[in-house]
Amino acid sequence: MTRPILEVAALERRFDVSAPWLNRMIERKPRRTLRAVDGVDFDILPGQTLALVGESGCGKSTIAKLVTGLHAPSGGSIRFNGDPDKMQMIFQDPYASLNPRWRVGRIVAEPLRTLRPDTPEAQVTARVEELLSTVGLSPADAVKYPHEFSGGQRQRISIARALAGDPEFLVCDEPTSALDVSVQAQVLNLMKRLQREMGLTYLFISHDLSVVRHMADVIAVMYLGRIVEIQPTKDLFANPLHPYTRMLLDTIPDLEAPKRDRAPMGGEVPSPVSPPSGCSFHPRCPLAFDRCKRERPRREVHVHDRRVACFAAEAAANV
Amino acid sequence: MTETVLDVRNLRVEFPTRRGTLTAVDDISLTIAKGEILGVVGESGAGKSMTGMAILGLLEPPGRIASGEIWLSGDRIDNLSETQMQAVRGRRIGAIFQDPLTSLNPLFRVGDQLVETIRLHTQLSKSAARQRAIELMREVGIPAVEERIDNYPHQFSGGMRQRIVIALALCAEPELIIADEPTTALDVSIQAQITALLKRLCRERGTAVMLVTHDMGVIAETADRVAVMYAGRLAELGAVEDVVRRPQHPYTTGLMGSIPSLRRDEAELQMIPGAMPRLGAIPEGCAFNPRCAFAGPKCRRDTPRIHGNGAACWLALEGATA
Ligand SMILES: Nc1ncnc2c1ncn2[C@@H]1O[C@H](COP(=O)(O)OP(=O)(O)O)[C@@H](O)[C@H]1O
Ligand SMILES: Nc1ncnc2c1ncn2[C@@H]1O[C@H](COP(=O)(O)OP(=O)(O)O)[C@@H](O)[C@H]1O
Ligand code: SF4
Ligand code: SF4
Ligand SMILES: [Mg+2]
Ligand SMILES: [Mg+2]
Repeated sequence: MTRPILEVAALERRFDVSAPWLNRMIERKPRRTLRAVDGVDFDILPGQTLALVGESGCGKSTIAKLVTGLHAPSGGSIRFNGDPDKMQMIFQDPYASLNPRWRVGRIVAEPLRTLRPDTPEAQVTARVEELLSTVGLSPADAVKYPHEFSGGQRQRISIARALAGDPEFLVCDEPTSALDVSVQAQVLNLMKRLQREMGLTYLFISHDLSVVRHMADVIAVMYLGRIVEIQPTKDLFANPLHPYTRMLLDTIPDLEAPKRDRAPMGGEVPSPVSPPSGCSFHPRCPLAFDRCKRERPRREVHVHDRRVACFAAEAAANV
Repeated sequence: MTETVLDVRNLRVEFPTRRGTLTAVDDISLTIAKGEILGVVGESGAGKSMTGMAILGLLEPPGRIASGEIWLSGDRIDNLSETQMQAVRGRRIGAIFQDPLTSLNPLFRVGDQLVETIRLHTQLSKSAARQRAIELMREVGIPAVEERIDNYPHQFSGGMRQRIVIALALCAEPELIIADEPTTALDVSIQAQITALLKRLCRERGTAVMLVTHDMGVIAETADRVAVMYAGRLAELGAVEDVVRRPQHPYTTGLMGSIPSLRRDEAELQMIPGAMPRLGAIPEGCAFNPRCAFAGPKCRRDTPRIHGNGAACWLALEGATA
């Protein structure tokens, strides 16, 4: 069996969102903790794409920051079985992540200069030109500034920069969410091509199920800091196991079969500061029963081989 | 007979700049009937918002309507004074924007804002207006209205705030609602709730809706007809099933193909080469010609235009591009 390149186990990240100390004293309010990531497990095999999908605030970006070391975990473990220098990140907002006062050549060369400071200047220049061509830009673009580029071109610059240190593993947090669909298609095609040619592994984050379906080998659906379901892409779409996944699939607009008269899923995602007890989805779940309010469902081996955390699925699997 | 609520004829919006005049909306004609939802779709910079702002009389100077006419239920509104237009806005045309805080004042309780708007447009007493505000908030799906009516905007979620903005837009029972990316900042489940609400209100009240969005999925599930914009022009206009299933314009075809499918497996997404031109650099003839696989000499010379259903493409209009 192939060894995963990334192994995440029981990962937790809490944030202290209490009011300032003085206010707490005056108003006699307790400390408040937000559980952004609340016991998450997943592995990624080399050369594969695992996608995290879910509505905003469910903890996707926090996981990205934990995996890349921008945040420290509050619990659990992250094991990266590769060279830590070979992990890079691509963000949603390509503009905010590019230094506006640097020329593109310097931006793209930066990881190279940091990781291998002895590289001769001529070699750096040659590598930058090669990288710009790889992502579909012109080598002549090296002398320009980020503001001279469109959103899609800026995302290509971020990708070129991420590739500079010959990475094995890319964490991509909503890399196309700020782009128009036709530009998104160009960037997604580029990312797939690079994966094929360079054997890259992606942790791919998106709120868009059609994008995730196109990109991922395995999809993890998140709700309030937890993975409620994780399945190979084909299986998830053919046989979604968690009620929340089914509701999501029912809700997303489908161009090829528009559901013009559907009743949308009711309710909203509750606050992660005071999540519902037990299964945090229970107030919105059509299948909820007593146990769901009391106990937290876990992904168990005997329930679809750890693919889903749901008591209704467990009951169905046991009959 | 369908009643035409909005009739936009040959609308042109220009921005004079130091480097010449930019045309952000170029000869757009469209209509919306009572109870109809017209989707306006296109990529960022296509001129969707400018079209909406021109209809609302809210173009920021130096932007201006350079030519064309806008008619609302038989009244011409593009040549009204600002005072006259203020009366039309709110009373006859409601507006919903992407950011609810464009329409809501963060410093005032939402109930007071609704009451004030209702009183501005009707003769209702303060208590009757409050009653009306409660009814409207209920109608747009705010739970526990009596408890929430005196809350401030920040005490509501993004989806609830957008519902309040819709209530605000409905205060004066307008004939037309212009909704510019009303669901873009919202999660899919909330997005579906808001579009369902818009659809229901449009059906029940006969309001005409112009739904501006970059999201083809929202259009497919919400709009009756759709206008596809490209570089300030109409690329294609037609019934939503036709435009989504059988697009006639090569740009629309490319746009649809670039969206990942939820049903088919595609090794690669279809790509439209290049990018939409900037306003100062729109090519001669068909604005899409440098990116079009079918472009011929006529496409580089003459601009195809539509003023009703169809595709602004020489192939579709004449069956040839020579
Ligand atoms: N630095 C932080 N301090 C406090 N709360 C945070 C911080 N970062 C994220 N959160 C909260 O953690 C939750 C998960 O956020 P995030 O990981 O950004 O979600 P997603 O990327 O899925 O939208 C949200 O409720 C968010 O408000
Ligand atoms: N004040 C302005 N001066 C010059 N051009 C402008 C101004 N405001 C907007 N534009 C341009 O008008 C075009 C249409 O913009 P807009 O209607 O906002 O596009 P959309 O809503 O389709 O994304 C864009 O190219 C934009 O850059
Ligand atoms: S555990 Fe219970 S509440 Fe949670 S998803 Fe399953 S059935 Fe619904
Ligand atoms: S008019 Fe010509 S260039 Fe324009 S879309 Fe049609 S075929 Fe293509
Ligand atoms: Mg995020
Ligand atoms: Mg806009």
